[in-house]
Amino acid sequence: MSEKLFKHKLYVKKNSDVSFTPETLEKIQTIISHYPEGRQKSALIPILHIAQEEFGGSLNVDIMDYVAGLLNITPIEVYEVATFYSQFYIDPVGKYVIEVCQTGPCAICGGEDIMHYLEEKLQIKVGETTEDKLFSLKGVECLGACGSAPVMQVNTEFHEFLDIKKIDEIIAKLRSESEFKKPEELTWKERLS
Amino acid sequence: MERKIILENIEIEGIRSLEVYRENGGYKSIEKALKTMTPDEVVNEVKTSGLRGRGGAGFPTGMKWSFIDKKSGNPRYLVCNADESEPGTFKDRYLLQHIPHRLIEGMICAAYALGANTAYIYVRGEFKTIIGILNEALKETYKAGLLGKNIHGSGYDLDIYVHTGAGAYICGEETALLESLEGKRGNPRLKPPFPAIKGLYGCPTVVNNVETLANIGWIVNNGGETYSKIGIGRSTGTKLISACGNINNPGVYEIELGLPVEEFIYSDKYCGGVKGGKELKAVIPGGSSVPILPKNLMLKTAEGQPRLMSYESLSEGGFITGSMLGSGGFIVYDEDACIVRNTYNFSRFYHHESCGQCSPCREGTSWMESVLYRIENGEGKMKDIDLLVSIASKIEGNTICPLGDAAAWPVGAAIRHFRSEFEFHIQNPEIVKNIKHGKLPLTPKGE
Ligand SMILES: Cc1cc2nc3c(=O)[nH]c(=O)nc-3n(C[C@H](O)[C@H](O)[C@H](O)COP(=O)(O)O)c2cc1C
Ligand code: SF4
Ligand code: FES
Repeated sequence: MSEKLFKHKLYVKKNSDVSFTPETLEKIQTIISHYPEGRQKSALIPILHIAQEEFGGSLNVDIMDYVAGLLNITPIEVYEVATFYSQFYIDPVGKYVIEVCQTGPCAICGGEDIMHYLEEKLQIKVGETTEDKLFSLKGVECLGACGSAPVMQVNTEFHEFLDIKKIDEIIAKLRSESEFKKPEELTWKERLS
Repeated sequence: MERKIILENIEIEGIRSLEVYRENGGYKSIEKALKTMTPDEVVNEVKTSGLRGRGGAGFPTGMKWSFIDKKSGNPRYLVCNADESEPGTFKDRYLLQHIPHRLIEGMICAAYALGANTAYIYVRGEFKTIIGILNEALKETYKAGLLGKNIHGSGYDLDIYVHTGAGAYICGEETALLESLEGKRGNPRLKPPFPAIKGLYGCPTVVNNVETLANIGWIVNNGGETYSKIGIGRSTGTKLISACGNINNPGVYEIELGLPVEEFIYSDKYCGGVKGGKELKAVIPGGSSVPILPKNLMLKTAEGQPRLMSYESLSEGGFITGSMLGSGGFIVYDEDACIVRNTYNFSRFYHHESCGQCSPCREGTSWMESVLYRIENGEGKMKDIDLLVSIASKIEGNTICPLGDAAAWPVGAAIRHFRSEFEFHIQNPEIVKNIKHGKLPLTPKGE
């Protein structure tokens, strides 16, 4: 029992060195200043978005402990939030996380077939990551874009009115841009501060 | 007559920018409210307007504002709910993407009326683009002296900040939203106390939907009396309807409340009829949480009156023969749609999104999902249908927040109106197992 507990992914501390750059820390101070004195915990979700983006696409215990320290809260307060919200990943993910909307309105407009097609194309099942660590495939709930169903997001960028041709184009583009770096203004850091 | 309040001028190029928005009459209401009206006068105009909350519940906005505790001496907060995650609903995203200043203008008037000096816009984390747009718009507004200290020399100070969620439908529920804004899991709070007494950080707070707040500038400019004459009966004003599903023109439409449902579905100005010339089978008129109605009850009430797009008309007949206006997420199903599969899909959604605090919701949503799954896959038994009705009725009314009801209602309604489809699934397992679901649209839209 205890052994199992210690093997839980939340307990695997690697003691790797995580820290934000001074420039990111400055942005984070701006975000914290949006909340009243003593309410810095409110900045937790925004900071976790930035952390996930800057530290390789998912969160681990080292990152979460670091964020807890920054906000002067206990690590458990970070773990319980990170595990509640579906946009935070505790398990490592591929460079591009493809999330296909699987809720009613998208489903009746072809969303289910988009998922099947992507499974075949990427040769993985929902929830898995390709061997080259380029793509993870997930299902997601209504993205608030049902008028342009079927819809999916790739690292929070929306792709709408999907069909096979579009999927082929998107995947080809992402494959060819595996060294692609996001423009600065598209990052969480820029958008949140 | 075409009435535009929220989407007025949306076709003008560059209306997303402060400059163009102001050239077209934007932000006039700030001058009027802050310089010529007391906060209570603004509240009274909103009361007179009859405006009701556009987030789903339809609670009168002016009345909600008048409940805010002004005696406690604690700071007061205004929070805008831009979590928009009710399946079928995508109106707030549309508004924010095209005309973000409409919201900011409304929020300044509303915060002034409430005596709040800080306001937050809680945007769901998936709307990263919208978060960028809002922060750009806020920067312009600060620069123009419309936010910050001593707005327009009135002595009134206001800061507005954008806050983000991270993927959780439940955070649209107002108390879960406040928990999330405090940096916690989105677990709804027991009410009372209501947010107007104890909300964000235990202080008096009003939570309003994006669209609700987007109406306030117009009401201040033109008066509550004028607003109350638009619409029908107690459904005053206009409503954004996001139409989707099997229709020719999915999209967001601003309609005057009282428009006949039949016109909304079949007119080329709106949905443009059912796609591919098929027959209409059913509609969910107000987001996935409200009861589904078959064609005959959607177009006409049980009494044979034309059904109108209004709070009262859509709920006429209660849950036996009516539904609700809800969030305005209008989902249309054609003759080929499978009601059982659709009901299964939504119950899967509610199970996934339940926060897990109350046993009836946590256990009930999971149970309904598994029963619906076996019916949908040709493994159901006749008694499963009544079992579903029984589970749904035991969730309803027995939970901390309305997500439990929202999960129960669609199941009850689907069985009430489409029982024969459930029976068919159970009686014909071989046919059901061999149905191929969904069709991939091979040609891109517009080609
Ligand atoms: C499960 C659940 C989800 C909700 N989601 C939203 C939402 O995404 N946006 C919204 O404005 N209101 C949502 N609401 C309603 C809010 O609790 C609240 O009533 C609303 O924000 C109040 O604003 P209004 O009076 O302006 O409508 C939701 C309610 C529940 C129970
Ligand atoms: S009804 Fe469901 S979502 Fe709402 S508080 Fe209870 S468990 Fe959570
Ligand atoms: S159902 Fe897919 S975006 Fe709403």
